[in-house]
Amino acid sequence: MIPEIGHFALMVALVVSLLGAIVPHMAIARGDTRLMALAGQFAYGQFLLVTIAFGALTYAYVTSDFSVSNVAANSHTAKPLLYKLSGVWGNHEGSLMLWILILSLFSACVAYGGKNLPLRFRSRVLAVQSALLVGFLLFVLLTSNPFMRLDPAPLEGNGLNPLLQDPGLAFHPPMLYIGYVGLSVAFSFAVAALIEGEVTPLWARWVRPWTLAAWVFLTAGIALGSWWAYYELGWGGWWFWDPVENASFMPWLAATALLHSSIVVEKRDALKSWTILLAIVAFSFSLLGTFLVRSGVLTSVHAFAVDPERGIFILAFLAIIIGGSLALFAWRAPKLAPSGVFSLVSRESALVLNNILLATFAAVVLVGTLYPLVLEAVNGTQITVGPPFFEFAATVLMSPLIVALGFGPLLAWKRGNISRAAQILLPAVIVSLVFFWISIWHDAAGLIMTGVGIALGWWLIFAVVLEINKKTNFFGYPRGFWRRAKGLPRATWGMSLAHAGLGIILLAITVSEAWTEEALRLMKVGDSELVGGYSFTLEEVTPVAGPNYTAVRAHFLVEHDGHFITRLAPEDRVYSDPPMNTTEAGIYPLIRGDLYAVIGEYAGSNAWSVRLYFKPLISGLWLGASFMALGGLISLSDRRQRIGAPAGKKRPDSVPNIPKVPKSAKPTKSTKLTKSAKSTKPKKSTKLTKPVKSTKLKKPEKTGA
Amino acid sequence: MAAGLGSRKKQRFVIVGIALVVLMGTVLLVLFALGGDSLSLFLNPSAVVEKNMKAGQRFRLGGLVQDGSVKKLEDGLTFNFTVTDCEADIPVSYHGILPDLFREGQGVVTDGALDGSGVFVAESVLAKHDENYAAPGTMPENTDGCRHPEESAGSGL
Repeated sequence: MIPEIGHFALMVALVVSLLGAIVPHMAIARGDTRLMALAGQFAYGQFLLVTIAFGALTYAYVTSDFSVSNVAANSHTAKPLLYKLSGVWGNHEGSLMLWILILSLFSACVAYGGKNLPLRFRSRVLAVQSALLVGFLLFVLLTSNPFMRLDPAPLEGNGLNPLLQDPGLAFHPPMLYIGYVGLSVAFSFAVAALIEGEVTPLWARWVRPWTLAAWVFLTAGIALGSWWAYYELGWGGWWFWDPVENASFMPWLAATALLHSSIVVEKRDALKSWTILLAIVAFSFSLLGTFLVRSGVLTSVHAFAVDPERGIFILAFLAIIIGGSLALFAWRAPKLAPSGVFSLVSRESALVLNNILLATFAAVVLVGTLYPLVLEAVNGTQITVGPPFFEFAATVLMSPLIVALGFGPLLAWKRGNISRAAQILLPAVIVSLVFFWISIWHDAAGLIMTGVGIALGWWLIFAVVLEINKKTNFFGYPRGFWRRAKGLPRATWGMSLAHAGLGIILLAITVSEAWTEEALRLMKVGDSELVGGYSFTLEEVTPVAGPNYTAVRAHFLVEHDGHFITRLAPEDRVYSDPPMNTTEAGIYPLIRGDLYAVIGEYAGSNAWSVRLYFKPLISGLWLGASFMALGGLISLSDRRQRIGAPAGKKRPDSVPNIPKVPKSAKPTKSTKLTKSAKSTKPKKSTKLTKPVKSTKLKKPEKTGA
Repeated sequence: MAAGLGSRKKQRFVIVGIALVVLMGTVLLVLFALGGDSLSLFLNPSAVVEKNMKAGQRFRLGGLVQDGSVKKLEDGLTFNFTVTDCEADIPVSYHGILPDLFREGQGVVTDGALDGSGVFVAESVLAKHDENYAAPGTMPENTDGCRHPEESAGSGL
């Protein structure tokens, strides 16, 4: 009964969304304001209905109602409650339900938080949101109905992939989806603006908080996913340029670019068409990402849907949304009022450079991701585009970006003075050069790129410090620092924090790639192994029984110069439903780096194969990513510029709106770089530690030396 | 300090110019990179024989682990086995911890290169990850005399 209610609610939601997609446009054509206001009611209605449907599905999971085939296929009575819940979105149908839930939530937020928007514009936006919802509801109802019954009902379900039974992964998809779907708001605003034929600085101010919020979640979601890969997949890798990872990285790059370009629109009334285009492209990447993963076209670590029939629907849907919005853009964009003029050296130019590099990088990632698909379709050759390609692109495109990132915030709008900025940044240049030479000397075997990565990381961090110093004169006159610091808009702090986070990530990637130590050994109980100056002693190996798995657990004693550091307890688990093994790495983060141990198979005569790592500074990755996300939240919380802008847009937890970033407006470009850091990697390649996950298999395992 | 961009036209010209330069540079980069090491072919054993792959050239080898072929060397960490597609066999050597799901008769994908003696030295080994999923490219085309436990490539969770 409950599942039928859910199914019914979905169908009603479809009808309401159809109305919501059509009525507002009619109302606007007729100038009927009462009818226009109805758009908000439709949005609330959709949210309510979708929530009911999602609740029904969740209920079926929690009660293990195996008469629902989706539940039977993906759940199991022995699973802990958390994984019954996360199982709701750990499969194709359920994840689409989650997507729809978030989409309707965002619509409701726009309806609620957008009360200050002009009614006409708000109705347009909501109508576009409703149209998106129609597409997704059709997809779910026609091809992926989660409420399908199974008769007779099985006694037990198939269970959830054990790799997904992990707290990190329980929250990774929702975060990522909030990010993806948050970009739908920017998309809807862009399409509405195109229909209305007008883009104003006010428009940018409305869009920015939504974009920022989506970006924050996207950043957090990606970081969470990479953290999961790091500790769960068991070979210490954290990013593999897997197509599915790329699918989340492309929207992130586009969102980052959008974040920066919308500042230019807001402050200077320039780059309007480009910003609109970016909004469309960013959401298109989200759709593409979701569907690439969902359609099973890319078979990789995360792809859990293999169903070509859905592909047709997906292709049609993508063609309509992306093609339609781009066509609208081509038709209407030329009508937008021309942009303001700025000098070649100016904040605007710096942001344009940011956008060019980010957009190019996104395009390169897109090519690298789709090329194998195209090639296979054309002549059947199966190839993989490996990490070296992406790393090379990241290095080439992101290095200039980081250099420019130091200057950007110091340039004035309209006409900047680069030599003055250079003067301010001179200490950062010196510091980074010093670090460059130190790292080259320190490690004769190190590649130049390691030095470059370290230099760029320090450059960025110091540039941020100097920029804050310039605004607060901390070094010149420290006493009034706090007062002056408080006087700076929060958006400025958010920007600086995010940029610094990027610098930290860059350092973490460079250092961990260059100086990771690894040992692959057969160890007997009592054996010791020295890795990175830490001695790992295998104390014992014990059997363990979990709620739905059994495991062997190794107990390592880790010491440094005879001092106790910690005990690590990696496990090799065998799940029963479905039957499969997973590796739980034992990890202990130190400030210097992570101690990381994995236990492999029993090799006879009381010996076990083990893999031990010391990964210097790797925690900086997640620390830096948190800085970025936190920077985004702080920027979101900036209320100073609210006047005239709509109040809270965005999700509940963050307070929105900040549209204007005062002087320092260069927002976070940082994000992008995250990956770039990888660049430094060349060196590592010699080491090889990282398996290629790429092609199809789900669990890549270790690599040999 | 650069000269100001006096007119909107000039401004657009410069922006578009820079964008084009970056884009062209990137296209070159992509072409260059796609021609190099970062691109690896996925081949099954008979394709390896057919193409007469040279030693040292990286590619991915996919197929079934032949029954009875897995041997562990004395160090306990080096494994030799044979990957087959029922038409051709390629000996593989791998130093490391094999995936949990590595089994004889099952599909694997390995990444590495042939050495001088025709042995494929794998740097990574990926195994199928659940009971009803076979890695693309690992299903043999002629199944006579070749055992593969799962004949259907279903959905892999």
